[in-house]
Amino acid sequence: MIRELVNPTNFNVMVSKLSDVLVKALDKPLGFAINWGRVWSLWPVHLETACCSVEFGAASGPRYDVERFGIIEAFGSLRQCDLIVVQGTVTRKMAPRLRMVYDQMPEPKYVIAMGACAITGGLYIDSYNVLPGVDGIIPVDVYVPGCPPRPETLIQGTMLLQEKIKRSKIK
Amino acid sequence: MSEDSKKNKSANTTNSPSSISSPPPKPAATNNQSTTISSSTSVTKASPSPPPPKPAATTAVAKKEPDPPIFEKGLVGQISSRFGDKVKVIYIRPLRIKIYVDPINIVEVAAFLRDSMAFDHAESVAGTDYPKDNQIEVSYHLGSYSKADLGAHILLLATRTNRDDARLPTLINVYKSVEYHERETFEMLGVYFEGHPRNERFLLPEDWADIPPLRKEFRIKGR
Amino acid sequence: MANIQDNIDQSDKLGMEIVKESPDDRLMTLSVGPQHPGSGHFRFTIKLDGDYIVYCDPDPGYVHRGEEKMCEYRNFIQNIPHLERPVIHDSNNITYSYSLAVEELVGIQVPRRGQFIRAIASELNRQVYTLYWLAIYGIFLGHSTMFMWPTGDRELFIDLLDALTGARVTHAFNIPGGVRNDVPNGFKDRCLRQIAYFEKRLNEYEDIFYNNPLLRQRTEGVGILTKEDAINLGVTGSVLRASGVPFDVRKAEPYDVYNEIDFKVQYMKTCDSFARAYVPLLDMRESCNIMRQLLDKMPNSGEVRAKLQPNPKGLPGEAYRRVESGRGALGYYIVSDGTPKPYRVKISVGSFRNILALPHLLIGAKLADMPSIYWALNYWPVEADR
Repeated sequence: MIRELVNPTNFNVMVSKLSDVLVKALDKPLGFAINWGRVWSLWPVHLETACCSVEFGAASGPRYDVERFGIIEAFGSLRQCDLIVVQGTVTRKMAPRLRMVYDQMPEPKYVIAMGACAITGGLYIDSYNVLPGVDGIIPVDVYVPGCPPRPETLIQGTMLLQEKIKRSKIK
Repeated sequence: MSEDSKKNKSANTTNSPSSISSPPPKPAATNNQSTTISSSTSVTKASPSPPPPKPAATTAVAKKEPDPPIFEKGLVGQISSRFGDKVKVIYIRPLRIKIYVDPINIVEVAAFLRDSMAFDHAESVAGTDYPKDNQIEVSYHLGSYSKADLGAHILLLATRTNRDDARLPTLINVYKSVEYHERETFEMLGVYFEGHPRNERFLLPEDWADIPPLRKEFRIKGR
Repeated sequence: MANIQDNIDQSDKLGMEIVKESPDDRLMTLSVGPQHPGSGHFRFTIKLDGDYIVYCDPDPGYVHRGEEKMCEYRNFIQNIPHLERPVIHDSNNITYSYSLAVEELVGIQVPRRGQFIRAIASELNRQVYTLYWLAIYGIFLGHSTMFMWPTGDRELFIDLLDALTGARVTHAFNIPGGVRNDVPNGFKDRCLRQIAYFEKRLNEYEDIFYNNPLLRQRTEGVGILTKEDAINLGVTGSVLRASGVPFDVRKAEPYDVYNEIDFKVQYMKTCDSFARAYVPLLDMRESCNIMRQLLDKMPNSGEVRAKLQPNPKGLPGEAYRRVESGRGALGYYIVSDGTPKPYRVKISVGSFRNILALPHLLIGAKLADMPSIYWALNYWPVEADR
């Protein structure tokens, strides 16, 4: 009987059936573990676009400590970051650089559009140098409204992003 | 009617508290006529409402009053005695003087201001577009750090140029602090400064292909 | 003397190639760009010869939002919200200067209590701004405690401003004619308690940061800006006062109630980067002193705002007013032509004036000194680009 099992065709079938069983058994827990790792260590790129960066700095302070969510503000290069927080107005001069920075980040990457100016152009919608919203150039995951949003709102935005990541499937 | 005009005159004085405190004697003066008492009460009721336009009226009167302060007059006298009618005085106010100079003479006047009158730096340079006169006015705001009694004064040195071919001599050799301000005026209004090392765009994006933004014919989105 | 031409002829005969080193090969061009932990939203190009900087060219404009053009399409009151965004963490001062200029044009007299409240809000904002500056300075130099402590203390001041105006950073509190609303109950006691606590904290900052031997080594003697250069380049604010020029707009040209307040202008004569870092601390101490006097002298009751017509028209003319913000002299030049909208608004900001000192100081400095020189110049890109 073992000779039958070890027969090449049967072996292939057995291995494929075994792998199916393994994937079905481990998919959920493994996905959960990977997502859990991603959710609690979102590193943002240090790209301050405009005035909302002051509230992002305040969010990293001791009162609204955003580091307990894993978001650390001081780090090396953008090649090891997975979150980009577009803080405020994006001007026509900054837009190509924003796209370049986004392209250089490794997958998976997430985008938070922070502030009214990043969502629709905000207060500066009729200015000659301002893009009406950042979702024309990069795909946005979470929109955080406010002008500027309070640090608590920003933390709620990151929690929404965390929910979104937890729901995503690992391929 | 004379009492009414008297009340109106007293209500027209600058200090409104005194006009509100004056009503009590008036009913005693007009005690034989009830209509004037009612009119006096209506006047007292009416007197609190005029105050909003009155401060504007009194300061408008003060602005037209030509009584320039003495120290500023002395400064302008120094400039006029040196340059005569090349320099035209536009206004003299407390702590703010504005003089107008033709573009040909501006470097000379600026050098005199820096060397002899201790206006040693330029706070900023503002360009204004006047399409009605077909001119662009560039005004330099000069201040003084080294002389203590000139610290509060700002001298606005203005010059005008034609809108279609806007060229002005640069003041960078006199005041080093105007370098980036003149560059910004070039890109925002299209005024070419002759002698400035870099007449280039500074704040606008690299691919700006439109007219200079601060000109009046540049309309922002949808307006 | 061995001629280079002989060498070349000889090597040509041998079939070898001499690669001559041209002077440009030694220089490396580095673009400290808009995405950089050390520069914020501002780019400058530097050329390096080994470790020394030989050329510096600033390239601002990444946050240019066209404030001055937008001012011409809104009336005097509608301009306040978007004008306070350039210096968002010091927003009371930039609207203070605008309000003073508009009041001169329209002809409004601000009631006395309103003037005091404006001045108190301005001083509180000066503290908030300087603490933010100090926090970022700490983290540029790698001193992360100096990022956490000022950010935490700043929150206490922001609480006071929140109670006063209703918003954390964008207050929209100063309007032409006064302030929007009166102070809440118990504000004076809260302020005095906060100032007493803060003065003790400033001593702790001095111990941990300014007396730190590493900071002293990194900043003393670095980036010398002599007094003549400071005056010629037209710099302003703490950069000017660290080079020995005791100029402060509150003392030189007192506006509102500052002529009744007794304070000294803090300045230092050493002209280096350490002085530019130390003068803000002295300013903060002096600001606590000023706030105590303002709270003392404030009248107990009265109007805080002059009544305005619905659409105030400016009389044809010009006005130039300036105010000492946390960063330096902030001036407004407003031209009006009799309509409710201004004809031209020109904002003269401290950052745009100070940036002229950046190439002047960086050329000849080492690359490692760049963060301490750059941030000590008090440059905020959003403000300079307007």
